Amino acid sequence: MTALLNIKALNAYYGQVQALHGLEFALNEGSVTTLLGANGAGKTTTLRAICNMVRSTGAIEFDGAPLSGRSTENIVRLGIAHVPQGRGTFTTMTVEENLQLGAITRSDRNGVVSDIERMYDHFPVLKQRYAQQAGTLSGGEQQMLAVARALMLRPRLMLLDEPSFGLAPLIVRDLFKILGKINREDKVTILVVEQNAQLALELADHAYVIETGRIVMSGSAAEIANNEDVRKSYLGY
Amino acid sequence: MELFTNQVLAGIATGAIYACMALAIVMIYQAIDHLNFAQGEMAMFSTFISWQLMQWGFPYWGAFVLTLALSFAGGILIERLLFKPLAKAPILTNVAGFIALYAIINSVAGLIWDFTIKQYPTPFGSSPFLGSQLISTHQAGMIGVTILLLILLYLFFQFTRVGLAMRAAASVPESARLVGINTSWMIALGWGMAAAIGSIAGMMIAPVVFLEPNMMLGVLIYGFAAAVLGGLTSPFGAVIGGFLVGIFENLVGTYIPGVGNELKLPIALALIITVLVVKPAGLFGRPIVKRV
Repeated sequence: MTALLNIKALNAYYGQVQALHGLEFALNEGSVTTLLGANGAGKTTTLRAICNMVRSTGAIEFDGAPLSGRSTENIVRLGIAHVPQGRGTFTTMTVEENLQLGAITRSDRNGVVSDIERMYDHFPVLKQRYAQQAGTLSGGEQQMLAVARALMLRPRLMLLDEPSFGLAPLIVRDLFKILGKINREDKVTILVVEQNAQLALELADHAYVIETGRIVMSGSAAEIANNEDVRKSYLGY
Repeated sequence: MELFTNQVLAGIATGAIYACMALAIVMIYQAIDHLNFAQGEMAMFSTFISWQLMQWGFPYWGAFVLTLALSFAGGILIERLLFKPLAKAPILTNVAGFIALYAIINSVAGLIWDFTIKQYPTPFGSSPFLGSQLISTHQAGMIGVTILLLILLYLFFQFTRVGLAMRAAASVPESARLVGINTSWMIALGWGMAAAIGSIAGMMIAPVVFLEPNMMLGVLIYGFAAAVLGGLTSPFGAVIGGFLVGIFENLVGTYIPGVGNELKLPIALALIITVLVVKPAGLFGRPIVKRV
């Protein structure tokens, strides 16, 4: 398998503060990969660096081409959808407008219409609320909307930042089930950052553990789940 | 009663001026979250350009369309050169920029075309409209143009991709970039559209107030009053606000003794302050509601 995303010697900075120290990892096409780590380890920063939303040095290659020097919107146009922390909902717009915005860079009008229907199949609750202002949706509904909006891009790679944050356990289960389905059926490569390590490891094929801006462990999801240190630190048993 | 109806009619006629100006103000506010104090001067400059074109022999509508295009390009140019570098600067820096722009445009217009008052033609004629002495055909035409403009803007923002992208860029810039929208150009586009709308306002107003570099000063303040009254987030509100300010101004002038022409401007200012205190979102503005 070829690497869809290849990250080498990635440093990232917030002002004078360095948040990532020579991060290296790769994602295989079609895989689900999870980045685990405590608060402040640099998980969100890694996702933001991929989309050039934070100052960084090093090499990020997507499908063999370097991303450095590209603006956020141009990186998105390559097929990298980012579901940010806090969901990034367009709160004053309707649910359907949010979905249309996800596909704003696409010019195949009919494809967009049928994709909106597909999203309503994936997330029936969005169909019930299609004309409602997105800001009035519950947290779980907004997270589903954020995932659906990202999928409207027909991305090759989807970056998810803490999709389980603030959601009820049952809703989180549903959401991860749908993410698995999307990965299998639509062949979308997924990189998910999670604090809910157990769930993330169930979904993922591959996992990296990140501590203070460095990768400290990597392996198949099963290996990582069975590692004693990981179990103690992140799984709690 | 007849006096009342007549004054309301006359108010609607002047209100169309304010409505046009308020539309331009709301356009910029939507794009950059600031009130552009130079909006009136930009409109005045555009109007001078159209006047100059007519002096050179262009027919009215030819000059009108060309001025629209030039103003659109000019608005984008001002944003790229002056306000893009200030995008991340504090509000006060931007305000200083607006005031500088105001002074520069005003002086340059005076330098090129001097400060004498000039006649400006109307395409609608100035005979009484439907036999009424209160509304002229020009004023009726102006009301029509304002309403047409509002409908076009509504269709643009609701039903086109660019309109949707502009709304998205204005409401949540970061998310807009994450769906692939070039937010920086959306702001420039907002400036271009506001400048073009302002030029229409200027060309509609000039036959009434006559053309000179300071023609927009009073109009701009009324335009602000209209935009604030209708709600700075709503183009529809801005137009309704414009008509209401016009009617209000006329009725107060008629029924409250002692309020003559000298006191009309303070009334607009008092209206701004009252709305900001009582209903800051305006009549049709969207109050910011957040789930916490």
